[in-house]
Amino acid sequence: MIVSRLPADWFGNIRGDLLAGLVVALALIPEAIAFSIIAGVDPKVGLYASFSMAVIIAFTGGRPGMISAATAAMALLMVTLVKEHGLQYLFAATILTGVIQMLAGFLKLGSLMRFISRSVITGFVNALAILIFLAQMPELIDVGRATYPMVAGGLAIIYLLPRVIRFVPSPLVCIIVLTAISMSVGLDLRTVGDLGELPSSLPVFLLPDIPLNIDTLLIILPYALTLTFVGLLESLMTASIVDDLTDTTSDKNRECKGQGMANIATGFLGGMAGCAMIGQSVINIKSGGRGRLSTFAAGVFLLVLIVGLGDWVARIPMAALVAVMIMVSIGTFSWSSIGNLRTHPRSSSIVMLATVGVVVYTHNLAAGVLVGVLFSGIFFAWKVGQIVRITSSASDDGLERTYVVTGQIFFASSETFTSAFDFQEVLEKVTIDVSRSHFWDISAVAALDKVVIKFRREGSEVEVVGLNEASTTIVDKLAVHDKADALDLLSTH
Amino acid sequence: MTSILACVDGARYTSSVCEYTAWAAKRMNASVRLLYVNDFHAAEGMDFDLSGSLGASEQETLLAEFTALDEQRGRLAQKRGRLILDEARNRLTSAGVANVLTRQRHGVFVDTVIELEEIADLVVLGKRGESAKSTISPHLGGNLERVVRASQKPVLVASRMFQPISRFMIAFDGGPSINQGIEYISQMPLLKGIDCCLLMVGADNDGNLRRVSAAAQTLIRAGFNVETRIKSGNPDDVIPSEVAANNIDLIVMGAFGHSRIRTLIIGSTTTATLRNCRIPVLMFRA
Repeated sequence: MIVSRLPADWFGNIRGDLLAGLVVALALIPEAIAFSIIAGVDPKVGLYASFSMAVIIAFTGGRPGMISAATAAMALLMVTLVKEHGLQYLFAATILTGVIQMLAGFLKLGSLMRFISRSVITGFVNALAILIFLAQMPELIDVGRATYPMVAGGLAIIYLLPRVIRFVPSPLVCIIVLTAISMSVGLDLRTVGDLGELPSSLPVFLLPDIPLNIDTLLIILPYALTLTFVGLLESLMTASIVDDLTDTTSDKNRECKGQGMANIATGFLGGMAGCAMIGQSVINIKSGGRGRLSTFAAGVFLLVLIVGLGDWVARIPMAALVAVMIMVSIGTFSWSSIGNLRTHPRSSSIVMLATVGVVVYTHNLAAGVLVGVLFSGIFFAWKVGQIVRITSSASDDGLERTYVVTGQIFFASSETFTSAFDFQEVLEKVTIDVSRSHFWDISAVAALDKVVIKFRREGSEVEVVGLNEASTTIVDKLAVHDKADALDLLSTH
Repeated sequence: MTSILACVDGARYTSSVCEYTAWAAKRMNASVRLLYVNDFHAAEGMDFDLSGSLGASEQETLLAEFTALDEQRGRLAQKRGRLILDEARNRLTSAGVANVLTRQRHGVFVDTVIELEEIADLVVLGKRGESAKSTISPHLGGNLERVVRASQKPVLVASRMFQPISRFMIAFDGGPSINQGIEYISQMPLLKGIDCCLLMVGADNDGNLRRVSAAAQTLIRAGFNVETRIKSGNPDDVIPSEVAANNIDLIVMGAFGHSRIRTLIIGSTTTATLRNCRIPVLMFRA
């Protein structure tokens, strides 16, 4: 029923969406500039990217009201590419990222998000906040003394002004006030204009100036793959945050395709790869944005502001941007996760900390998430593997013994399973009742095999009871359920 | 057992929806499910914070704030829905309908109706819902067209005032929708024994004559007393004037046969009929 909701998606909340779009556009300007600096490209590249990502995702995205633009998570992944191969390769990588993301959308890979646990997500968010903060360091170390009071003053405006006035974006006030001070007093501060070119016109369509061959592909592919992964991850994560805040649902696979289309267009318009932004999306919802119009308006306002005010934007002191980015970093960090370290299960905390640690060390969010997912998978297997109980009872004459197995038998618990049997005991007959257990994989079957063979070698007759019930889980997966005796054969040879 | 899905929303059409539902339920010996869709949007209309700043753990604070707000409003909306449903049920039971269920659901109105109509044989709703701001304006509720377009079931659109149905008119255009409607009428007891006026707006030629008489035959075989008529002119004018001239109490028609885009430019006979005739319309869409 997407069609029936279309008008509501766009025009259900016009006033709120336009206002929120304006607030978001104002907040996007410093961020887009700051992220361009992280990636090592002209502010122009991030600003064009933010414009085109926002405008296109407004049409193609699966989550109305979510803001996509140039982001820190993506910018951090392109640093080496830009440094070693240059800007044109970044555009090509952006386009390729979009293609792979669309592919992921068509393959419905969005549903793989379920394997990313809560702890990994918290780790991702915290790592992102830390990286955004660390990215401000070059502007805070070895700079003129005037920078520090300026940043402090900026932060004071950002945090204290909303207590008095709630209808003017406080980051904007911070930027205006700091720019005014620096210009009137004539402070010797680095400004946005010192960092590279700002856009003076609308973006134009251009083909990346690169040789189209395998070598190029091999250069950009690894970057495109990590960009795809991180971009979709942050986008889907943000989508579920917006889902929660607005108490509505979104189409995750459509979002993947939409991100892809937005990145393809962005690459051709001379922008860097982007994705959904947690902070900006929260600001949008907080300011009353709900529909697609809010995202669209944010992109359009951004471009209008930047093209119209280009000369003024160049004079913004970096100290003002640093203050805004510190706010973004603080707002992104999940502060409750620190307190939760004490109350949450230790395995969850380890997953979270491992994710943060790997990201901060490698500056690569994809690596951190992979490690986090791996850890949570291992912890889960370990926990479930403990749910095994093997009890036994001997017959009165001591010649027969029955083992009863309950619980989950798979690779992580097969060792426990095997070691629970006493092969030293001399028995005429052994009965293994597995009807109340589940055999999940080949390791489990092999372990049972091993036990049966060992008892046989000791000269005992072995009977396995209830294997059919126990192994339906694996039979289903291996698609041999049409052969009713397949596993019986396997376990009695 | 046949079953009717009746949508109430507390707007002015609710009472006539109940009366037409009771009428239909008794004629078809049907059970009734009364539906109220609780369609309030999260944190709608609150005083938003445009400060554009992100506090520490903004997301958690915001979620707590929205939840608290929605909780209050949700509770109120729920209570209101319950009252509306209770009143509607009382009307139906006192009108002699034995089997009445009430359902209150969260969600988008159209989607909810489509989801629940699966086991229904008839959907009843008012010409204008709560969301159409004023009952005086000639504009129809936006939900109506969406429901009719999406629905697989016949939709009875209730007019403001209930009046007993002693004569109904079939606005016949020979299309698949109205043919499906004629089949429904011949098979279901809803309109059995009521005088039928079969009107075709179009040229008085052999082709039209043949199609009208074929339709009439179906109805006569089903035991209807049918009067056929072919009139030339613009259906938007002919249908209302025929309705007035013949004391018609209900129109049966195929609905929204054209695409949304054509409707946007040329307009729709369905919309014109709904707007100009102050009687209920039973719509089919094949």
